[in-house]
Amino acid sequence: MAALLGRSCRRFGFLSSGHGARSVSTETGKSLNLYSAINQALHIALDSDPRSYVFGEDVGFGGVFRCTTGLAERFGKNRVFNTPLCEQGIVGFGIGLAAMGNRAIVEIQFADYIYPAFDQIVNEAAKFRYRSGNQFNCGGLTIRAPYGAVGHGGHYHSQSPEAFFCHVPGIKVVIPRSPREAKGLLLSSIRDPNPVVFFEPKWLYRQAVEEVPEHDYMIPLSEAEVIREGNDITLVGWGAQLTIMEQACLDAEKEGISCELIDLKTLLPWDKETVEASVKKTGRLLISHEAPITGGFGAEISATILERCFLKLEAPVSRVCGLDTPFPLVFEPFYMPTKNKILDAIKSTVNY
Amino acid sequence: MTLRLRSSSWKSNLLKILRHNHGFGSASHAARHLRQKPPHEPTLRVSQNPISRFCNTMSEKLSSIGEHEDANTQVHANITSSPVMDFPGGKVAFTPEIQFISESSKERVPCYRVLDDNGQLITNSQFVQVSEEVAVKIYSNMVTLQIMDNIFYEAQRQGRLSFYATAIGEEAINIASAAALSPEDVIFPQYREPGVLLWRGFTLQEFANQCFGNKSDYGKGRQMPVHYGSNKLNYFTVSATIATQIPNAVGAAYSLKMDRKDACAVTYFGDGGTSEGDFHAAMNFAAVMEAPVLFICRNNGWAISTPTSDQFRSDGIVVKGRAYGIRSIRVDGNDALAMYSAVHSAREMAIKEHRPILIEALTYRVGHHSTSDDSTRYRSADEIEWWNKARNPLSRFRTWIESNGWWSDEEESDLRSRVKKEMLEALRVAEKTEKPNLKDMFSDVYDVPPSNLREQERLVRQTIKSHPQDYPSDVPL
Repeated sequence: MAALLGRSCRRFGFLSSGHGARSVSTETGKSLNLYSAINQALHIALDSDPRSYVFGEDVGFGGVFRCTTGLAERFGKNRVFNTPLCEQGIVGFGIGLAAMGNRAIVEIQFADYIYPAFDQIVNEAAKFRYRSGNQFNCGGLTIRAPYGAVGHGGHYHSQSPEAFFCHVPGIKVVIPRSPREAKGLLLSSIRDPNPVVFFEPKWLYRQAVEEVPEHDYMIPLSEAEVIREGNDITLVGWGAQLTIMEQACLDAEKEGISCELIDLKTLLPWDKETVEASVKKTGRLLISHEAPITGGFGAEISATILERCFLKLEAPVSRVCGLDTPFPLVFEPFYMPTKNKILDAIKSTVNY
Repeated sequence: MTLRLRSSSWKSNLLKILRHNHGFGSASHAARHLRQKPPHEPTLRVSQNPISRFCNTMSEKLSSIGEHEDANTQVHANITSSPVMDFPGGKVAFTPEIQFISESSKERVPCYRVLDDNGQLITNSQFVQVSEEVAVKIYSNMVTLQIMDNIFYEAQRQGRLSFYATAIGEEAINIASAAALSPEDVIFPQYREPGVLLWRGFTLQEFANQCFGNKSDYGKGRQMPVHYGSNKLNYFTVSATIATQIPNAVGAAYSLKMDRKDACAVTYFGDGGTSEGDFHAAMNFAAVMEAPVLFICRNNGWAISTPTSDQFRSDGIVVKGRAYGIRSIRVDGNDALAMYSAVHSAREMAIKEHRPILIEALTYRVGHHSTSDDSTRYRSADEIEWWNKARNPLSRFRTWIESNGWWSDEEESDLRSRVKKEMLEALRVAEKTEKPNLKDMFSDVYDVPPSNLREQERLVRQTIKSHPQDYPSDVPL
């Protein structure tokens, strides 16, 4: 309960501090939350390309998370529309639309429900260009889905399925950490000539508020960002988890541990070079994600960094992740990779 | 319920009670609800318990109230003798009879055909006229497809090809449907429709190149044989996964509609494919999105070894159209003229009216499922032979074009020997052509190879240097 209150009282000012060398992060704009930033990106996307479409369950009235507010009224029901309740149909239809050169921006209501579309994503979207010898492609496809813990979501409103998709050559997987990042990354994802799965941290839809520039801007894919510089240990994460990790970094600093925090942003293909350079500097790596630890994407990062930085490592790579259970309701506080779990892991890694 | 019927305004009071307390919109509505026996059914015994007696009495009284009420009551003026009520989704008539819709109609949906088994035009048949040129082209392509299939099949048996799947027996579906379409109609095939490509001009050499996966294969050697694709000919690349192409076709059709093209999307699949979720998802989407798409089902009786009796229990596929609100037709898939007419008509409706159409083409899979299959293990050789001889789509159409004076034995043998020669040459050339360069393994995964793939190509090339014997020598590096 306290953890729940703690989360809801948390502020997100730090995300605007912009340690990375992004011109976007120093611009001012309007104070927006995550769903408004995403909404803005969608407005821009539809405005800038007349052959772009937004569809999914309940998007017509604005969507269950209000990300599609105002789109149908502005662009018409032929371009922004509700679909039947059928994820395989939504994505299959989207692939066909994208294959004809359109931008199909598809919404899956919760990432927990994306699995019926998994065949279409893996066997069709991901292989569309390759199997055709580049005669065809469905690069205009972008699949958006809210993911992650929300405090009370349980098994089917809290999942982080990114690891399944990171194992699929041919698609990209992108996860923003904040409103400003989300707008830029979503516009890049929509315009990227490859099919992209874009997971939005639903916890941050209302909770995260920051200045978001109002114009059309894009943040590059497959470029990780060092959002906090440090020397003793590298922390890598994505999405809402970065907030927790940032808190752990602040606490660690009080104990004299200097942490470098990296937002991966794109998980597939991921920016190994930035993480490698950081770990070669710090000699220590900690990865944290909400998804269950076994087979989670942290394992891929760990294995790669081990290959590349073995002799520079002072300690084993640490992973602070969700547990190997279905996402529980009452037990959520025990399941989650909390700030203190991370802080403990930072300390034991540094003191190894 | 207790009712105190006051003198003059008892009717309106009663109606108020019925409306507010019980949700009845009118007296006759209440009467119907309260009635415990169906009208005009004297043999049914009315239950004797006091409540139902009361209800029946009340229902009689209420029926007499009728529709002439004072202004305060709102009577639904549109209630007629057929009782009707609003629900989300519209008005439905009520019935007090407990009746289930039968799982099947008494009669199966009839099958549209124009030529009888002997290739004679059935009297009073309706069909779309074809010119001599088109008819001869249809027939020639059917022959070409048949010869191509036989030669490729034999080549696989001889070890020259890794794999092949024929369309033997389904030539009329392949060619006649293609003939009724325009080149701008986009095709989403399963894998037994190479005839559509053939009609559009894909050459025997191009087919052979894909089967051998050589450097001239447009697919760059990435897939098994028969996984053709041609953007030039608007034929999306085959993927072996069943029915996945069907919802893709619906999205493409929607694009055509939005771009106001005079074209539709066409997708093919077998009887087995209609069991997949993607088929149902696509049909529903097509109806809701009002997409101009043709769903052409080749019901050839078999999904590998699974007969249709193990596939579904409906009257084939045609009846499923109505379930989704889709206009449908069942056609004799071995009657080229009927296929042509059905597809031609369907296409017009799809484009003009922005609607999907379902076409179930009945046929028979004469060939094995593929070169990995021996279908005599699950069906009789006699059955196969009968379909191949007595129900052959080629001979049927040939009879018809010959009866029009459009074809002759001489032209037949000329065509066959020419095609055979061309096929064998195509095979020879394709076999000799080198494979695509190794770099084509890493390109097109994304629009541009990302760093992990550049790294992996580098590592693979290193490994090849160390262990060249592990790698095929016909793939240029």
